[in-house]
Formats: sequence, C-alpha cells, structure tokens
Amino acid sequence: MSLAAPRESRLLVYVTALVALMLTLLPLPTWLGLIRPPFLVLVILYWSTMTPRAGGIFIGFLGGLMLDVLQGTHLGQHALALSFVTYLAVRLHLLTRAKPMFEQSLFALGALLLHEAVLWAIDGWSGHPINSFTRWLPALTGAALWPVVVGLLGRTHSPR
Amino acid sequence: MAFIGRGLNRPSSRDSAPGPRFVVFAILSIVCMYYDQRDSWISSLRYYLQGAVYPIQRLVASPQVLWHWGSELVETREALRAENAALKRQERELSITALRFAALEHENAQLRALSQAMPPLVTRTQVAEVVSVQLNPLKQRLLVNKGGRDGAYTGQTVLDARGLLGQLVRVGPWSAEVILITDPEHAVPVQVVRNGLRSIAVGAGNSGELLLPYLPVNSDVKPGDLLVTSGLGGIFPAGYPVAVVTGIKRDPVLLLAQVRARPLATLERDHEVMVVWFDPKHSAAPAAAAQSDTLPQVTLGAPVDPASAEGSPEGSPDAEEAR
Repeated sequence: MSLAAPRESRLLVYVTALVALMLTLLPLPTWLGLIRPPFLVLVILYWSTMTPRAGGIFIGFLGGLMLDVLQGTHLGQHALALSFVTYLAVRLHLLTRAKPMFEQSLFALGALLLHEAVLWAIDGWSGHPINSFTRWLPALTGAALWPVVVGLLGRTHSPR
Repeated sequence: MAFIGRGLNRPSSRDSAPGPRFVVFAILSIVCMYYDQRDSWISSLRYYLQGAVYPIQRLVASPQVLWHWGSELVETREALRAENAALKRQERELSITALRFAALEHENAQLRALSQAMPPLVTRTQVAEVVSVQLNPLKQRLLVNKGGRDGAYTGQTVLDARGLLGQLVRVGPWSAEVILITDPEHAVPVQVVRNGLRSIAVGAGNSGELLLPYLPVNSDVKPGDLLVTSGLGGIFPAGYPVAVVTGIKRDPVLLLAQVRARPLATLERDHEVMVVWFDPKHSAAPAAAAQSDTLPQVTLGAPVDPASAEGSPEGSPDAEEAR
C-alpha cells in the first residue's frame, strides 16, 4: 500500500481540483449546462478513493466552499455535501477501488446522487426548493464520465 | 463497512481518522449555513472568498474576452463608419428628446409646488463589464467586474441602455453578481404607464420573458403596454422602463389573468452594463425605509432617511424578493 509522496501528490490534488473548478465555470450552451458533470466532485472522489491521505475531507470541504461562493448557494451547503461524500469515499476506499470499472461507476453514481440529495435537502429546508428532475441529470453524466476521470488522473501519478 | 477499512488498512488509516474529521467539517458547514441565513459576520467572509475566486472566474472568461477583443480589432472600416453614423443619428434623436425632457421636468416640479427643479435622480453611474453569464431556467445571473472597492452595494440597481436589468445580489471586492429580472427568484414592482396600474413582474427563467401573475382577470392591461418600475419595494427607483406586455390570457375560470411581458433590456447580449447610484433625497428614489421585507421595523410613510439609504449595503443583503 505504498502511496505517492504526500507532498507531491497533495500539490497534484490541488491543481487537478482547480482545473475541475474551472471546468465547472466554463460557459456552456443551456442544454449542455444542464447535464454538465460535477467535475470537482468527481476529481475529489477520485483522489479520496485512490490516495485517501492526499485527498480527503479537508479538500472536500474547501472545494465545497469554493462552489458555494461561485454558485451563490448558502455558504456551507456544497461544503457539507462534498465533505460527506468525501468521508464515505475515504471510509470505503478499500472496498471500491479494487472493483471493476463498471462497479466503480455505480459507486460514483451513488456518491453523486447522495451529494445532490444533501444539496436538495438543504435547498428544501432553507425555503428555496428546486424540485425539477433536471438537477439529478449531472449525477448520471458524472457517473458515465468516471472511467474517463480514472483514465486521465491515473496517468498523473505513479501506480500503486 | 468501517471494520473492513480498519482491519486491512493500517498504514493509510493511521493518521487520518476520517470520522472525527468529518464531524468537525460537518459542524463547521452547518454553522456557516446557519449564520449565512441570518446575514451576519459571515457575509464579510463571503466577501473575501468572492475576492479569492475572482481570478479563477476571470481566467475562465478570458477566452471569450480575447475573442471579443479580437473581433473588435479586425472590424472593417465600413462597419465602423456605419456604426458611427447610426450612433450619431441616435444621439441627435436623444438630445432632441432630452430638450423636451428638461422642459417637462421643470413643469413637473412646478406642478408639485416645489420651489426649484428637482436635483438629478442619478448621482453617479459606472459602466461594468460582464465577466460571465449564467442563463438557465433556475438561474439568470451575470458576473460583473465592479465590486465593493468601487462602492457597489447589495441591492443596487443595474441598467442597460434600454431598461432595467436587475440588481446586485452578492458583492465581492472586485466583482459582483447581478440577479437579472428574468431570474425565477426575482420579482420587480412595476406599473403600467398608460393607467398607473401596479403589479409585480416575476422572472420566468428564460431571458425573453417576465410574468405578471397577480393581476385580476378584469384588469386593464393590453399588449404593447409599457411597464416601468413603480418605486415600491425599496430597491428600484421609480420610472425606469422594464418590459412591454406581449400577451394576456384571460381564463374566466381563474381569478387572475396570465400576463406575459418582454424585458426591454437586452439581457443575454450585453457586454457592458451600468451600475447606478441615486440621490436618496429625490422623490423617485427607492424608499429606504421599506428596504426590509421580513422585519416589522418598516415605518410606513416615514420620510426617506438619506443616511440609511447610503448605508444600506450591510442592512439588506437579502435583496431578492421571495416569491
């Protein structure tokens, strides 16, 4: 279970998370924007699963806070959702990362849906319910993108 | 599932007990959300965070800006000349209208039995560049490159050359988010110019449409009616053009007519917008006393307090009027 050097891989985590954050902001046509995969959540899930020491709950929290500021949601909403799924990913990383790609995608789908469910619940509690089904679409596209994320990010660090 | 992780993974779970850490961050998030709902010190935290993410937003928008700049650079001489001629014509027409306007304003002031003509309503305007645009059925927002450092404040009116665009919702040091009048969470108090009928125009979630859901079936509106801001609600000054009524559906079964209107501001094509400061002493300025829509501290009929109108940035962060 040799991990990449912590300092180096931590820098890598921050850089890839930043790129994912920029992809989240990229202006897209409306229909494409509706199914835009949650890049930042995917990247943070990847790092928390593959190198749970470099990724982790702090990065989930920080990334969520950035999302809150950028998307104008309640400060802490994405932070809570993202640190929750990061926690699950770190907790279950031994279970999930050895699985075949298809099953990994299913786990990713579960995590993304859970992430969205937390956001949805907070939206409801705070009195701004958004119940349209379109909010669940990014979870599907995100799960479909999981193999690509693994393929791309897997090249950036030495295999375990 | 936790026992699996603990049993097999001694080396990597040695220093990263995720459970307690998650609890800490979860509590931190919930505390943030609690105070964010109640607008307190957390709004200054958001202010600085917004400053921190502004470079990222700028960077993401830079290809667009570059393209826009490039296309301006290679614009042909003929196109520029045509544009110049059109602008000159427009300027002439506007100045003629303005001549008449000055006379009318003077007359109006006399009718109101005031000793002298009104001071100008707009004290200061600042052109802000649109950095990025978010237009989808749930959110209609712009990001502009003016913020708290330029004196912008939450709830401030944003116009373009044709009409009302929206208001600032979240202000950072160098940037601010504009909620457009077409955002489904936004409502603007309006008035029909023809007969003074007041209502509220709610965003429909697409950039070409506003809805007026609170007009009775028998109310006097026609397609083509101009809607201007009524000055109620304490956010927008009175008299700015908002939209033109495009369609009315009167279903006798329903109590309310279904009225649609088309915003006059070119919401989705603007590159530059105008952030406007008003003279709070002017009669058309938004009533600062009615700024808060939830608290009972509203004193009806109280004189407009210029100090509180100027100092309102901290006072009324929740400028969106909940539907």
